[in-house]
Parts: sequence; C-alpha cells; structure tokens
Amino acid sequence: MSKDGRAATHFSLNEPLLFEEGSPGRRAFDLPKCDVPPRNLDDVIDAKLLRDQIPAMPELSEVDVIRHFTRISTWNYHIDLGLYPLGSCTMKYNPKINERMARLEGFALAHPYLPAHMIQGALEVQKTLENCLAEISGMDAVTLQPAAGAHGELSGILMIRAYHESRGNPRKRILIPDSAHGTNPASAAIAGYVVESVPSNKRGTIDLEPLRKLVNEDVAAIMITNPNTLGVFENEIAQIAELLHSHGALVYMDGANLNAMMGITRPGDFGIDVLHINLHKTFTTPHGGGGPGAGPVAVKKILEPFLPHPLIEEKSDGTYSFNYDRPQSIGKIKAYNGQFGMHVRALCYILANGPEGLKEVSEVAVLNANYLRAKLKDDYALAYDSPSLHEVVFSDRVQARQDVHVWDIAKRLMDYGFHPPTVSFPLIVPGAIMIEPTETESKQELDSFVDAMLSIAKEAEQNPELVKSAPHTTRIGRIDEAAAARKPVLRWRKD
Amino acid sequence: MRYIPNSQVDRQRMLAQIGVDSIEQLFSGVPEKLRLRRLLDLPRALTEPELLEYFRQRASKNEIGAARFVGAGIYRHYIPIIIDALISRSEFYTAYTPYQAEIAQGTLQAIFEFQTYIAQLTGMEVANASLYDGSTGLAEAVLMAQRVTRRNKFLMAKTVHPEYRAVVSTYARNLGIQIELIDYTTDGRLDLEGLERRLDSRVAAVITQSPNFFGTIEKTHDIAEIAHKHDALSVTNICEAVSLGILKPPGNSGQDDDGGSDTPERRTADIVVGEAQSFGVPPGFGGPHVGFLATRERYVRQMPGRLVGMGKDFAGRRGFVLTLSTREQHIRREKATSNICTNQSLCALMATIYLATVGPKGLREICEQNILKTDYAVTRIQQHTKHRVLFPAPRFNEFVIQSPVPPAEGGRNAPGISLSRFYPELGNARLLCVTEVNSRDQIDAMVKEFSA
Repeated sequence: MSKDGRAATHFSLNEPLLFEEGSPGRRAFDLPKCDVPPRNLDDVIDAKLLRDQIPAMPELSEVDVIRHFTRISTWNYHIDLGLYPLGSCTMKYNPKINERMARLEGFALAHPYLPAHMIQGALEVQKTLENCLAEISGMDAVTLQPAAGAHGELSGILMIRAYHESRGNPRKRILIPDSAHGTNPASAAIAGYVVESVPSNKRGTIDLEPLRKLVNEDVAAIMITNPNTLGVFENEIAQIAELLHSHGALVYMDGANLNAMMGITRPGDFGIDVLHINLHKTFTTPHGGGGPGAGPVAVKKILEPFLPHPLIEEKSDGTYSFNYDRPQSIGKIKAYNGQFGMHVRALCYILANGPEGLKEVSEVAVLNANYLRAKLKDDYALAYDSPSLHEVVFSDRVQARQDVHVWDIAKRLMDYGFHPPTVSFPLIVPGAIMIEPTETESKQELDSFVDAMLSIAKEAEQNPELVKSAPHTTRIGRIDEAAAARKPVLRWRKD
Repeated sequence: MRYIPNSQVDRQRMLAQIGVDSIEQLFSGVPEKLRLRRLLDLPRALTEPELLEYFRQRASKNEIGAARFVGAGIYRHYIPIIIDALISRSEFYTAYTPYQAEIAQGTLQAIFEFQTYIAQLTGMEVANASLYDGSTGLAEAVLMAQRVTRRNKFLMAKTVHPEYRAVVSTYARNLGIQIELIDYTTDGRLDLEGLERRLDSRVAAVITQSPNFFGTIEKTHDIAEIAHKHDALSVTNICEAVSLGILKPPGNSGQDDDGGSDTPERRTADIVVGEAQSFGVPPGFGGPHVGFLATRERYVRQMPGRLVGMGKDFAGRRGFVLTLSTREQHIRREKATSNICTNQSLCALMATIYLATVGPKGLREICEQNILKTDYAVTRIQQHTKHRVLFPAPRFNEFVIQSPVPPAEGGRNAPGISLSRFYPELGNARLLCVTEVNSRDQIDAMVKEFSA
C-alpha cells in the first residue's frame, strides 16, 4: 500500500447481534401512564386473540441501543467519508439542509388523507417540484408517486400500454439496448411485454440502420438510457425517436444519467415521450444504505391522461388539491402520493442551485469524469473511445493478463480507503469498471483515487497475488457467497 | 455553488490535463441542434437562510395535531428520539446499497436484524430486507403467489386497504390475474361463508388484512384453513404493524421463542406482508414508509426484493451479505422475480431501532394502551352521541362511526376521515384511530365534537 494513501489502521469494535445482547428487565423506553379509566384488558378483548410476549426479543437499555448501532455504523463506507465512484449510481454529497427540511414537523407529521385545506404546504411543495422537474427534463407533466427508479419504469411502461390500448392495440414488444440496466427488461415484463434486445455498435451506441429492421407496428416502445450506461450520448437519439414515432411507437428514457445534462440538453427536446428521474441520484436525496429512493415520471402531453392518480391541481386562487377523477389513469402505483420526504429534499436541492447552479453541476460532473479518464487511460483499457460525459467505462483487459480481474481490483481499492466503482456492468463490456465521480469531488480527492488505481495497476503486474487476495485491511474478508446462498441463513435463531 | 468543491482555478488545471480548452468542448458528443441555448426557467438560487424560510413557511401550512384521529394505514405512534439520532449518522444515511459486503457490514447486520424481528413478529420462518411500502408489498405478494401456485385467480377481502387494492389491480392487470372481492359482514369482518362458496381449484390465494381497514381483527387462522382446503395460499396483509405486538400472529414458525401460539401449519398464513411505518417512521405525508414480506422457508426462492444472509469469510469470521441474488433483475433481467432494485433500508433501520428501543415489554404496553384508549373512545361515543359505532367485532385501534344525518356544512373538518370515497354504501361514515399518543382530554374533546 502506498504510504500517502487514504487508508490507515484504526479501531474497530466487535458487536454481536441485538438478539445476542440485553438482559431481562432492561428498558430504553417509558410510556406515560394510561390516562383513561382503568379496565381489565380481558374485559375489552378476548384473550384468545392475544399472543404471548416474544421471548426472543431482546431487552436493552438506551445506552445499549446507542452503542450497538453506533458501533455497527462504523463498519460502513459512506459518502461523507470519501469518494464513491459508482458508475450509474451517482453517489454525490447529500446536503445537510435537505435532511433538516424534511424533518420539519409540518412535513414529517402531515397526513395525506386530511382535507386539502389542511395540507396546502405539502401540496405546494409537491406541485413546485413537479414543475421544476418538467422544466429540467423538457416534459409537460410529472407524477411523483413512484417510489424508486424501477418503480418509475413500471409506471412509465404501464402508461405507454394504456396509451396504445386507448388507440385499440396495446402492441407486443419493447426494444431495449443490450447496455441497459437490468430493471428495464424486468419492468417491461411486469407490464406484460416481450423484451427484444438491441445490440450496441462499436462506439457503444445504437445504430439507426439495424434498428429500422426491428421496428414495426408490433413495437410499443424503445427503452433507452441517455447518456447511455457507458456515459456516451446517443448522438442519433433524435432520429431514433423519429423512427419509433413514424411507426406509432413511443420512446421511454431511463433518466438515471440526468446528472450529465441539466441545462445542457433536455429529453423532451430530443423526442422522449416519458422518462423516470431518480431523485436519489441527480437530486441528492440520500441512498440510505439502499433506499428509500424516489422515481418521479415525466411525460409529454399525449401521456398525461394516463398518469397515476391523484394529480395535484393548482386552482386559480392559488390553492392546491388532489384530483382523483382521472378516468384514463393507469390507477395507483403506490398508496398515497409517493415518497414525500424525498420530494422535500429534492426541491431543497433544486432551489439551492437555481438554473445556473444545476448547469454547473452537470458541467463539473462531466469535467471530473473526463479528468479521471485522462489520468487512468494509459494504465486501464478504455472500453470505448467515444467521448465520455459524466462517467467512463474501463475494462480489466490489461490486468486480466496477470489473471487479475475486475473484482480483485474492486476489493483492492478498499485497502486504499475507497469504495470500488461499479463492476461487471454494463454487461456488454467484459470486466467492466464503471466510474462516475460526480461534481461533488475535489481535484485532490480525484487525485488520491487515481494514485490508488495506478498503484493497483502496478501491483497487478508485479505482485498479482496481493491484489487477488484483497481486501487485507477491512473488518472482514471476502464472504463465501456461494456457501451463503446454498443454505441461506436469513434470520437469527436461538441455538 | 457550495456543493461543488472545484474552483475555477482547479477546473482550469484539470482542463489542461485533459487537453481541452473549455468544459464546453467536453459536450461535443451532444449534437448542436439538441443543445439548450438558454437557462432553465427555474426559481433563482436561494441561500441557506432563504431555504429555511421557504420550507418553514410551507411546513407551517400543514395541520399536524394528533387530535385529528386519522389512521387509515398511516399511524401516529410515539417515536423515540434515539431513532433520529442514530439514523442521522452519515454512516447509515449516506451509504450506498451494501453490494460490497466488506465495507457495508453495518447496513447488512441491521437488515439481518430487521429480517429477524419481522419473522418473529409475524410468526413466519423468513422475511426479506423490506419493500417500498405496504401497498406495493401486497402487489408483490400477489405476483409471488401466482409464481408459487401457477394459478391466476385471487379472492381479496373488500376490507383490505382500498388504496392497496388499487395498487394490486395496477400491477396485476397485464399478467392475466383476476381479482374478485369478498364482502364483509355486519360485524365488520370477512364473510367466511361467502369465501367458502367462491373458492375453487383455480384460486391462487385468499388475501385479507388484519386488523382490517375498519380496524376489526380478522379470523386469520380460520381463513388460512379455508384457503388451504382448496390448495390456495393464505396471504395476510398488516397495515398496523404495532398490532403484531399483542395480537396472535398470522403465522407460526413453530418456534417457542417467537411467542407464536402452537397453531398447526394448515391454519397459518403462507405470506404475511405489510407496512412497518408504525415502528418509528413518521407519517411524512404518505412516505417514505417501509414494506415487509415474510413467508415460509420453502418459498424463499420465489420471494421478491433483497435478502441478507449470514455467511463466513475466508478466515471463518461471521459476516453478512446480500444473498439469493439470482432471483433479481440485475442477473435475471426480464425473468427476475421482481423489477425491484432498491429496498427501504433506512426506514427498515428505523423500525429495527424502534423495536430494540421499546423492547418486548414496551411494545406490549403500547398495544394495551391502543386497545384500552380505543375502547374508551368507542364507549364514550356510544354513550354521549347519536352516532352509531358500526361493526361489533373485536378491534385494535380503529373504528367506524356512522352519523344519522348527512354531513353538516363544515363537516369536512370533523375528526377521522370520511369513508364515502372508499365505501359509499356506508353512507355518512367516518373511520377514526386512537393510539397511545392521544390523551383522554383529546378523546373527550373529539366525543364532544360528535355530540354537537
């Protein structure tokens, strides 16, 4: 390991499972005394309906609980600690004010079933966010209901289906490039469509000519990611959209990579009919160790009647209300109206940036990615030569000659104090190393990462075993995943 | 912009290293005619003090008093302070999905603990790492039951949360699934005879909710037994997770330490799905909340969503890792068990901390107060108002009242929610919820409003 690298040894405490801790009689919680006239529980409810107390639930003190979770928390890598170069995942800094605003009691304790005049603040926040997302994406209408990106995909494809059905034929197929996220085909399948894969060309993009042969009146839509998962802008996107439209088909865009284009170009202006937006990527809502996310969907006018209900309406007197009377709607995709706490955070971020700020976000995100590309391209093989936007994809081709593969490089990065990039995706690049630094990393942080990567490249050549047996400094080593999956242990049980 | 570290000086240095003159050149891959050559039409940037003012003003326009007695799937329970203190640690909330197990053991262990708690509370053998929410969880349970049984017909209680039913229909529409509703009886529970009559060998599963949307407790074990007679699965939905602290669980894993009764397998649910918002997650205007799904071990490979398993590293040390991912979309693509990519990790953590904090005794006490305070409210309404309390079956913390007269002008401000949008056949009925956070004074004031 290099002497000036990020990583250093530090304390790490062991901590058992909650269920292995505690002691009878410990408490971390006191309930105020019941202030209604006392009654025997047996007189109120049939004892046969009641269970025994759960003996295996641990009894803990407040200090026990705090120590337990604080200790296990220190075993996590996280964005406040350092760079998370996960391509496609857009791990950027989560502004602290977002968290504070989402926790305001007026938001945290609001209930969506109260009459409209009691929830005007929440409705205004949602409507304002919808308007901002429509402008950023160049679309006409937005639903905030979907809970995550994949959920937004499903909503979008269901709207496409409803649109075709309203014209008499739902059609059969959805075209998806082979570089797409796995959620795309999975979502299309739940919407009842057959998935057809579209091969990428040598530049990593979609060619118009072969696509012509695939498109006919059976095709409901194409699901396209732009910039695609290689970080490359589909330069024929407008012509692709035109081709699909000429056959009555629609164009769905996976908005995972919106961070590359805010204020630069807008999906609505290059022929996209519907896209989802990951608020936990571009708009800084925290990933939370795997959720909650939020996946609003923006559509063109032709799809507006099919949006999930309710829709938020702004009346001429400046008040807001939910409109449930939407006869052509696909229905509800989630109870209530989306992950509201995430909406507050995203709006806070958009307002903190303004139009100039958001454009600067995309510019610096692209600058940072290209900087890493320039610094790493002599030691790691570029998967494609095409110009990179917000992310760059390498392959492990050079290192594989020493039998050092992408997972080894990923694990070795942990020894240098970094989270690994996205690996083995997109599937069209063997041994893919997909790096997206985002705009919230400084030149110094990027330089440290470059040092680590170059050092690993050298190790792969001179001491491949060191890399192949990594990580060496983490709390635990590589877990035998095959064994864990063969006989899965999914919960604690008393011995 | 304060969230972007690199200054103009840094940027110039980086451009020089890349070998281009301007950032503009890096966008050469975007065709000129697709470029936006104006600024986005958005509000101007706000400073931090301006943001605070903006959001405080809007937050203050929402009514948030617990004295509204609104439940209907989103519950007001006391939320211990330590939950927010712990989930505000960057280590938890700014971490990514734990794909790299070596540096994500904190998240993974917490999810494993969540899975264990949910399995114990529902009396099931296994639970997943959480789902978006209860409504989408129920939709996933329906798709799972279709995979397990290879049957397409579902019988669903009309007393399942109406918005959950709507979400199930949206998901099911294009997958050849038919859903038939089973009515409720005058005691506010599923019509068991109606269920028996409608069951046949085409039915994949019977879907019920307990406590149901009216707050009454269903006979989940009888329902499971009836479903199983026709080889259909029994799916139980739980909107009010706190109730699991005192009511007999729909499942029974056969483990004494789960506190389940010794219910035989033929009388237990096959899938228990639900919403754990009640465990320390604020109402938040409808989300984010946290869905869960628990089932029998033999169905584990048909489960949707992430699972965390216990394993060992090369040195034999215990560790946790995402497992059985061959079910999932990033491997199986269109053949995956679900399109789900995220779970609700941070909300699942909130629920886990909640359960660790209240403990078995605290949870029991909370449940007892919900039952006793609800009973007090019901009794007072019966004694002091002209409203009828519908549905005499046992209840947990919600109940339905019916006004003898149509709603008065201004009746839109009354406590609880109107059921007219969901159950027009009940006339001028309202659903009310009383929990441990409601004081006797609040309840008395509410009764007074209805006696006017």
